[in-house]
Amino acid sequence: MLLPGIIWLFFFNLLPMYGILMAFKDFNPGIGLWKSEWIGLENFKYMFELDDSKQIFRNTIVIALLKMIGNLVVPLVFALMLNEVKNRFFTRSVQTIVYLPHFLSWVIIAGIMLDMFSISGPVNQLLTAIGIKPIMFFADAGIFPALVVGSDIWKEFGFAAIIYFAALTSISPELYEAAAIDGASQFRRLISITLPSILPVAVLLGTLSMGNILNAGFDQIFNLYNPLVYSTGDIIDTWVYRAGLIDMQYGLATAVGLLKSIVGFILIAFSYGLAYRFANYRIF
Amino acid sequence: MVEDKTLVSRFFNGFNVVLLILITLLCIYPVWYTLVISLSDKAAVSAGQVFFWPKDFTLGAYSLIVEDGKFLNSFLISIQRVVLGTITTFVVVLLMAYPLSKTSKEFGPRNIIMWLLIFAMLFNGGLVPWYMTMKTLGMTNNIWGLVLGGGLPVFNVILVMNFFRNLPKELEESAVMDGAGPWRILFDIYLPLSKPVLATILVFTIVMHWNEFFQALVLMTNNDLYPLQTYIRSVTVEIDPSQIDAESAQRLASSSNQTLNAAKIFISMLPLLVIYPFFQRYFVKGITLGSVKG
Repeated sequence: MLLPGIIWLFFFNLLPMYGILMAFKDFNPGIGLWKSEWIGLENFKYMFELDDSKQIFRNTIVIALLKMIGNLVVPLVFALMLNEVKNRFFTRSVQTIVYLPHFLSWVIIAGIMLDMFSISGPVNQLLTAIGIKPIMFFADAGIFPALVVGSDIWKEFGFAAIIYFAALTSISPELYEAAAIDGASQFRRLISITLPSILPVAVLLGTLSMGNILNAGFDQIFNLYNPLVYSTGDIIDTWVYRAGLIDMQYGLATAVGLLKSIVGFILIAFSYGLAYRFANYRIF
Repeated sequence: MVEDKTLVSRFFNGFNVVLLILITLLCIYPVWYTLVISLSDKAAVSAGQVFFWPKDFTLGAYSLIVEDGKFLNSFLISIQRVVLGTITTFVVVLLMAYPLSKTSKEFGPRNIIMWLLIFAMLFNGGLVPWYMTMKTLGMTNNIWGLVLGGGLPVFNVILVMNFFRNLPKELEESAVMDGAGPWRILFDIYLPLSKPVLATILVFTIVMHWNEFFQALVLMTNNDLYPLQTYIRSVTVEIDPSQIDAESAQRLASSSNQTLNAAKIFISMLPLLVIYPFFQRYFVKGITLGSVKG
């Protein structure tokens, strides 16, 4: 029974790991990977001498951190707000609609955003109406990270809130009854019962998201960015794509990718470790 | 639930509902806006006169698409990919999840395979080695490169495995007494009981294959083999980096084919929008049951 899975795993998950050798070689496609000359850590040294590398590491961490915070806080606040509404039909409808963006691809969303934020698009019309000059959003390196973080939150907050909804429904109604009898206001109940009840879930999700600090979102940025915003928008993954597959600097791109994989692996292992220790969270 | 009737509370509740409605509109408006410009006249769109309702209503963009062989072609490739990919994933994931749901006493190599899976899930060779491997395996310009190239979806295996483990042991024991083998047990006992989790991975696999654009961009040197998302990308968001200047920045800001592109974008969302209401109730269950435990 396991055979098809093992074969798939071997060829498409594990076999590519052999190519990591490229990071330590002066790769020559003509003679193949095995015969190419070993050059030790040359590729890594070169990587740290490049000006690009500081920029892409900085951009990656800044964007990923902002997303981490936004994707933790916004769904939490949203779930708390929706939880205060007692009309079932209303909450259901809202939930159904806010899940939707999660299922759209970044290609589609990028296409939509180009229209929304174009010079004649609704966002600029709105800005004009309140007396601000139209902005070329996608050509402005200063604004680009905000577009990236904002659109990511827009896409994911509804879906991310699902876990909070599940936690909220498991709070015992008797707690609220008792608090109300003791004279606690709606606000008081929110602060003293609801919030502490779902805080552990938030902490758990926050801990787990730490492993993703080097994943700033390839699909998204790849579809949104252009050379005008490289200075603030280029991340490790997009850079590796350009250096490796467009400019064919195979060894260098592999070295950068490998460094990212290793650091990412350590971070994920570490955050799972924390989650396991303090929240007894396990994935298998 | 207890109702709070104080003035502050009422004010807060009203404010809360208004804010939630605004947030909800913010989620749906971009999709609506795309539909609206796809149904409007080009001139009205580029003059910035279209917001909530089509202006000078026309189906022109859609009739252009119907005549466009490239769009239809990539649409069919996407469908082919989704069908092949979903069947493959489904079968392989089920066959892996069943043996792995046993304890290592019942099935010796379980833990070794488990660690291999976890390692493969968390660590990968990176983009360039992946591309080289695919090339060596002959997966360029080949639909199987798209179907298999993403690798085994390890997370799905774990999701299904966790579900299988929570099924009552007694069912299996009695089936074994009656002489059922592992295949029989998997298909006649486990699968019928696992509908929620199966629906969840079914949905995720379909959406994943439908939305994925990058593999084809890298693996297909022949543009005629692009699936829909990659094709849409090539006509809407891709710009040639060597030609970036003030003029193309301007083009970025206001695209000349806006209505046509909007129509393409909308059609590529359509299958999702159609099946969405049906699968909506499953994934909430699947998510909560797969992600946070105890």
